Amino acid sequence: MAHLVLTIVEHRDGQIRKSSLEALALGKRLAAEGGGTQAALIVGKGISNLAADIGARGAALVAIADHDIATQYSTEVYATAVQRAAEKTGAGLILESATAQGKDLAPRIAARLNAPYLTDIVDARVENGNLVAVRPEYAGKALLKVSVPITKVVVTTRPNVFPAETPQTQAAPETTSIDVSDVIPRARVVKFVGASKETVDVAEAEIIVSGGRGLKGPENFPLVFELAKALGAGVGASRAVVDAGWIDHDHQVGQTGKTVSPTLYVACGISGAIQHLAGMRTSKCIVAINKDADAPIFKIADYGLAGDLFEILPRLTEAVKKAKGAH
Amino acid sequence: MKIAVCLKQVPATDSRIKPSSDSHGVDLAGVEWVVNPYDEFALEEALRLKEKYPGEVVVLSIGGDKVEEAMRSALALGADRAIVLKDPAFVNADPLVIADALAAMAKKESPDLILCGKQGVDHDRMAVPAMLAEKLDWPQATVVVKLEIDADGKSAHAEREVEGGHEELEITLPAVIAAQKGLNEPRYANLKGIMAAKKKPVTVVTAAELGLLPPSTAVQILEVGQPSQARKNRMIAGDPAQQVEELVRILRTEEKLL
Repeated sequence: MAHLVLTIVEHRDGQIRKSSLEALALGKRLAAEGGGTQAALIVGKGISNLAADIGARGAALVAIADHDIATQYSTEVYATAVQRAAEKTGAGLILESATAQGKDLAPRIAARLNAPYLTDIVDARVENGNLVAVRPEYAGKALLKVSVPITKVVVTTRPNVFPAETPQTQAAPETTSIDVSDVIPRARVVKFVGASKETVDVAEAEIIVSGGRGLKGPENFPLVFELAKALGAGVGASRAVVDAGWIDHDHQVGQTGKTVSPTLYVACGISGAIQHLAGMRTSKCIVAINKDADAPIFKIADYGLAGDLFEILPRLTEAVKKAKGAH
Repeated sequence: MKIAVCLKQVPATDSRIKPSSDSHGVDLAGVEWVVNPYDEFALEEALRLKEKYPGEVVVLSIGGDKVEEAMRSALALGADRAIVLKDPAFVNADPLVIADALAAMAKKESPDLILCGKQGVDHDRMAVPAMLAEKLDWPQATVVVKLEIDADGKSAHAEREVEGGHEELEITLPAVIAAQKGLNEPRYANLKGIMAAKKKPVTVVTAAELGLLPPSTAVQILEVGQPSQARKNRMIAGDPAQQVEELVRILRTEEKLL
C-alpha cells in the first residue's frame, strides 16, 4: 500500500507531544479512508528511540532526521527534512498540528511544494480521492468546508479537536533516515526562554479560566490564577484587560488573540464581546460567571452563574480543590 | 535600510460575519474595513526602525477600490510610498497566489527586510509571511514580539512566541518578519502626517506588469456555514455558596470534568 499521509511529529522532553498524538490518530484514519498508509517524520537530535511509539500510534513508516543541526527547531532545516521525507515516502497529504512550530513550518513547506495549505482544520475525511475538511475563518465566525485533492496538500490540525488514540502493540515500524546535514539555516534559535508561570499555556490547555473587566483591576487577577491552578488550567483574558495592561497579551483569547477549543472554558467577569466569543465558542463546555445576568456571554454558556465573582471565585477554587482531593 | 511592509484591509473585528446567500462565501456588505491589526504592528516596527536607521518604508498591498484608504493611512503614519496590486481577482486569492504577487513586488524593490502581520484576521491562514519567505528564498521569523536589527544591517535578533515561552532567533538579512501583538504600541496619525500623506506616491501595478498568471487554486469551497453548537444555557440560581455547590456537582457528575 502506498503512503498517503506524512505526519510531522513534534516532541518535547523526549516525549511525543499530545497535539502530535492527535495528528497521528487523524493521519491513521485519513490514510485508511484513502486506502493507504500513514508515514511519519520526526526531526531532532537523539530522537530515534521515539520511532517505536510513533509506529504504535499508526505510522507504517517512520522517517527520522536525527542530527546536531536539528537540536533546536529551525524552519529551514525542518522544511528540508519534510520535503525529503515527502519525496521518499511519496505521501501527498502532509499533516501537522497547528502548534507554534506547525504554523511556522507548514506554510513554508506548502510554498516549497507548491501545494495548497489548509490552516487549523477542525474536521476532515477522505472522499473520492479528495480531502474534505472544515476550517474556521474570521476567528470561527465562519466555517468553510473545502475539498482538495489528497495527492498534494499541506494541513495543520487545531489542537484539542481530534482525539488521540491509545498506542497499539504491533511490530516495530519500518524506518528510514533523512539527511539534513547539508542545510545551512539563516535563522537559528539561540535560546528558549520559558515563561515564569505555573499555569499551562492557553493555546494547548484542556481547561481555561479567563478573566475580564469584571475583575475590576489587575490586583484581582490572582483570583483567576488560583482557580486555574486548582483546575490545572491555563489562564485566558479578554482583549479589554490585555489592552489595559492587566495581563500579558499571550493570554488573550479572541480574534486578535488565540482561538481555543478546551474541554472546559470558565469565563469570569467577561461580558462576551463578539471578538472574544469568536475565539472560544468551540469550547466543549462553557461556564460563565458575571454580575450582569443579561451579559451576552450567558447566551453561549452551558452553565451561567449570575452573581458577584468576588464571592463566587474563592468558593469555587476551594470546592474544586476539595472535589479533586476526594478522588 | 529599505523596509517593505505588507499590509491588507480586513473587516473590523467587531463585524458580524454571515455566509453569503449561495453559501459559498461570506456576506461582507456594510462591514467596516480597517487595516489588519497585526499589519499595524508590522508598520509601526518599520517606522521605528526608520527612525533609528535612515532609509525608506515602502508599503506593499493587494486590494480592490477601498485599498487606497488603507494606503493613505499608512502614509499618514510615516510610510514613504505605497505600491498596490489593484485587482479584485487577487484580493481573496489563495495564499500561494498572494505570496507570489508580493514576492514579485518585493523583487522589484529589493528591500533589506519585509515586515508582515502574523495573520490576517479575515482568513486566519497564517500562511503568507512564511510562503513569501520561501518564494524569495529568505529566512523567516513568525509571531515575533521583539525585534532588533544589528547596526551593520546584515542580521537581526528576534523573539517569537511559542507554547510556554519565547524562542530567541538570530537571523541573517534580508528576511521576512511576521509581527505578533506586543511587538510595539502603534502610533496614531497626526494632522501633519495626514497632510503629508496626500503628496506621497501610491503606485498602482497590474498583474501583467508583475508577470503574474491569473489566480487559481486547487482548493474548492463546498460550503460556508456558521458555528452552531447547541448550548445548555442553564442558569444556576441561589446564593454564591449554593451556586458553587451546584456547579461543582454538575461538572463532576454530569459533565465528568472534575
